[in-house]
Amino acid sequence: MNETATPQMQDQTLEDYTTADGRKIGGVMMDLKSITLRFGGLIAINDISFNIRQGEIRAIIGPNGAGKSSMLNVISGFYQPQEGEVWFMGKKRPTMRPYKVARQGIARTFQNIALFEGMTVLDNIMTGRLNFMKTGWVAQSIWLGSAKKEETINRQKVEEIIDFLEIQTIRKTPVGRLPYGLKKRVELARALAAEPNLLLLDEPMAGMNVEEKEDMSRFILDVNDEFGTTIALIEHDMGVVMDLSDRVVVMDYGKKIGDGTPDEVRNNQEVIEAYLGVSHD
Amino acid sequence: MSADFLYGIEVILNGLMAGVMYALVALGFVLIFKASGIFNFAQGVMALFAALTLVGIMEGQIPFSHLINEIFGTKIHNFGWEVPALLAIALTLLVMVAFAWAVQQFLFKHLVGQEPIILFMATIGLAYFLEGMGDLMWGSNIKTLDLGLPQGGSRVIEELSANLGGDDFYGFFIDKLDMVASVVAIILVLALIAFSQYTKHGRAMRAVADDHQAALSVGISLNFIWVLVWSLAGLVALVAGVMWGAKSGVQFSLSLIALKALPVLMLGGFTSIPGAIVGGLIIGVGEKLFEYTVGPMIGGATENWFAYVLALLFLVFRPQGLFGEKIIERV
Repeated sequence: MNETATPQMQDQTLEDYTTADGRKIGGVMMDLKSITLRFGGLIAINDISFNIRQGEIRAIIGPNGAGKSSMLNVISGFYQPQEGEVWFMGKKRPTMRPYKVARQGIARTFQNIALFEGMTVLDNIMTGRLNFMKTGWVAQSIWLGSAKKEETINRQKVEEIIDFLEIQTIRKTPVGRLPYGLKKRVELARALAAEPNLLLLDEPMAGMNVEEKEDMSRFILDVNDEFGTTIALIEHDMGVVMDLSDRVVVMDYGKKIGDGTPDEVRNNQEVIEAYLGVSHD
Repeated sequence: MSADFLYGIEVILNGLMAGVMYALVALGFVLIFKASGIFNFAQGVMALFAALTLVGIMEGQIPFSHLINEIFGTKIHNFGWEVPALLAIALTLLVMVAFAWAVQQFLFKHLVGQEPIILFMATIGLAYFLEGMGDLMWGSNIKTLDLGLPQGGSRVIEELSANLGGDDFYGFFIDKLDMVASVVAIILVLALIAFSQYTKHGRAMRAVADDHQAALSVGISLNFIWVLVWSLAGLVALVAGVMWGAKSGVQFSLSLIALKALPVLMLGGFTSIPGAIVGGLIIGVGEKLFEYTVGPMIGGATENWFAYVLALLFLVFRPQGLFGEKIIERV
């Protein structure tokens, strides 16, 4: 039974299907092929392949130092793997700087929150819309009609997201003054403002209390459900992972040790050993 | 109104205008420091270089002519044409943008993530390089910059204000060039503020100033923003170079105006555009008033040191400056 989640098994059927709660899962959107990432002598990611399908919530789990964040950084272009290929939307992606990856529709949040602390919540989220602004800078600085219209449209979109994430009351607050849980939410809002195809969340619930975790889980599900956004997330809380995700990749010491549905992964012997330890006798 | 009082006002007016000029130089520092954390020691030399280039282009000088003559034994110096001032300014601006690009491409791109002190050292190197480059391109002789800006005291203001006081008051002496410089500086500052507040690139600039990683994740190219910021600093340097150059000639000492910007920055804070302006005004007015009131008692020449002493006091009591960000580390 513990063989159900071997790497060979993962690409089972790639037909579109509908989940029990009515979400549509499509073909492969992001395909990672034999990714290897080294930092000098340290191998952070060792020949890992897995894919992310259109519309699904894909979790990456594993003990500390397993290479999960490195994996996310490879996907978002912050790290360039030494070996392997990244296929996105059916095309092989060349070596690409992170800002270009972002412009391709891959938004992300960070484990240690990367927000513009000096700006207000609204301004922070507006930065997510930068790539939607097309009028020239002269028009913008003298606040011409076209620039004004564009700003209004983008502002509306941002307000929708603010409503969606229930952060109306803090929209004019400088981010630096917010408590941790709200900062995480603002970071999610900024990522959403870019209307991403693929949303990468690096430990969206780390350091949160139960109530905040429940809120965040609900938002993640709603984002996936309402906007159809494909989500890849790293999370430590097993309960959350099992509830949220459609499929799970398990990493340990830079290797993939499991891949499959939450149930499959939960019963995988290697995964159990990685998490609970194993007695060597 | 008593003559003393009126002369006091005149001193303040002149101080304000001098302050605007200081603020102009300080602005260049703030722009770069805010966006990249680099304290650009070369800002003063950039002003000198911009002024040299402007004069060179206007007079139709052939760049590197000394070098060319030395190598090829030719005797060329001049294209034989003169370029109108506005066109020359536009061309100089292009040169400054090219310079900004080169600085990013060949220098700071390779120093991303280095300690601030290393970046600072790099700008010192840059300052000397640019100083030599200016000499090599345009020669080291002292040049006059004649843009046809009005010079000398304003007769109108003098005559109009003469009636304010009694027989011993002869009206305000306000330099016309100072007035032009103030107006230009104010326009420049307003434009910069509008740019950074209302444009996409301005927003991106503020984002980069705040957090590099976050900026990358929303699709901002750091390289582009840094070139943009250095170009803006080049524009500010050009305006400062033109104004100071028109006032006191284009020569090496022009680059020393950077030293006057230091106390302004300490007062206003290194990260605040309004801070640079208010700081400049306070120093301008402060040093003129101090010279006018206390100066005679202690033998004058207080303008040379007043600004630095004031800055020292600020360093002791309010190190982040008037408007700077107070850095609080949460433990």
